[in-house]
Amino acid sequence: MDLELMINSFPKLLNATVVTLKLLSLSLFFGLFIGLLFAVMRMSTNLILNKFAYGYSYLFRGTPLLVQIFIIYFGFGQIEFIRESFLWIILKEPYWCAIIAFALNTGAYTSEILRSAFETIKKGYIEAGKSLGISSKIIFYKIQIPIAIRQSLPAYGNEIILMLKGTSLASTVTLMDLTGVAKYIISTTFKPIEVFIVAGSIYLFMTFLIHNFIKFLERKYNY
Amino acid sequence: MNIFKKTIISVLASLFIMTNVYSDTIKIGTEGAYPPWNSKDASGKLIGFEVELAWTLCRYIGKQCEIVEQDWDGMIPALLMRKFDAIMAGMSITDERLKTINFSQGYADEVAQLAVMKGSDLEGMDTPSGINLSIGGGAVKKALKTIEGALAGKTVCVQTATIHQNFLDSGDVGSVNVRTYKTQDEVNLDLAAGRCDVALAAAVAFTDYAEKSGKPVVLVGPTFSGGAFGNGVGVGIRKGGSGAIGERDAQLLKDFNMAINKARKNGDISRIATKWFGFDASM
Repeated sequence: MDLELMINSFPKLLNATVVTLKLLSLSLFFGLFIGLLFAVMRMSTNLILNKFAYGYSYLFRGTPLLVQIFIIYFGFGQIEFIRESFLWIILKEPYWCAIIAFALNTGAYTSEILRSAFETIKKGYIEAGKSLGISSKIIFYKIQIPIAIRQSLPAYGNEIILMLKGTSLASTVTLMDLTGVAKYIISTTFKPIEVFIVAGSIYLFMTFLIHNFIKFLERKYNY
Repeated sequence: MNIFKKTIISVLASLFIMTNVYSDTIKIGTEGAYPPWNSKDASGKLIGFEVELAWTLCRYIGKQCEIVEQDWDGMIPALLMRKFDAIMAGMSITDERLKTINFSQGYADEVAQLAVMKGSDLEGMDTPSGINLSIGGGAVKKALKTIEGALAGKTVCVQTATIHQNFLDSGDVGSVNVRTYKTQDEVNLDLAAGRCDVALAAAVAFTDYAEKSGKPVVLVGPTFSGGAFGNGVGVGIRKGGSGAIGERDAQLLKDFNMAINKARKNGDISRIATKWFGFDASM
């Protein structure tokens, strides 16, 4: 075990963690909007909206994240008219390709989490609101959404952790995230065990923080 | 002891015994993704210069061989972990790698060169046709300066953990915006897609891709050798340690050196190289 290498690689890996966290936070930010939008579409009585949202979540939950990244990065890069369109400004950059793939992927899962959370809301709450003469818009924002958020916290916490680990796939499209830099250090030192132990510990620590933050929120919004 | 127990014990035993250590078969690791050095045909069979050469060398050594596939970025760690006994994967002999593993004598020369898509402003770069970094001198310095200027502000793509990446990271051509890929195939794809302004690899890797894909990839600048580019491609073997396993590794190095001598003398290396590269890259 090369302890010196572990200590020397730690600051480099910590720097790379910033990239990982940026990827994670941006993906979750866009993913939450996508998830909310598609969850509402799933609950809509409009058959087209409903089926479209169902198909979206089916497609993105049914294929590996790695395949999705490769299609967006290498796949779209092969198509001539995409390369010549304005889309190429964004798709040319590995960074945005990764964020698009992550956001679409986590969006699909988030929509399912939110949909099931909405469905667990007891009809009585909504009826109570209606009997008090509150408009359905206000019922949605003030009753349904807060309850749904609370209900979905444990599952969404899991999704954040899964997504954190998913960002390691960004290294396959040339991004120097935590895993990317770990691989780079290994490529010059040929010592995978030491470097991956340090990188793994950083992932573990981040998971620890996320896990406890979600637990804290769960306690805070317990009722 | 009943049969059930016996089965369990033998299964467990087989898990812990490294068959590799005791068997007489030489396992050779290759990437299978660096044509024409080593690659796979449509049916998934390993082919290429080094695959054919490996079988030839094995015949001279007189032992059974098995060629196994291994991702490039895990090649040396896998050798050290005894997943196989020797590397034949277009791996150049460099000082950096010699700190960790041994190499046989070189069997082929890898000529590295920059590549761009036709129409790039890097075409017609004014440099000598080849530079040797080990020799150095005014002409080499001047060429490196020219390349430094040409690469400034460009995205330069290479396969990870290669001599090409080492060269770009070495500072010889200033601070370069390097992007690394897991395989050479991916470098080629992104060069053709326009995500890479320029790429660096074995010249034959680009000409092979241009020929097979029909994409207008052109080589520019000088051919590189020496320095970070190492001294030819050799067979990578573990440094012999103590005990029976260490002796086996030391013997393997001798065997490979002997086999390369014989293959060179009999013209096998030249013949196989010409078949796969179109020219004699043997050394």
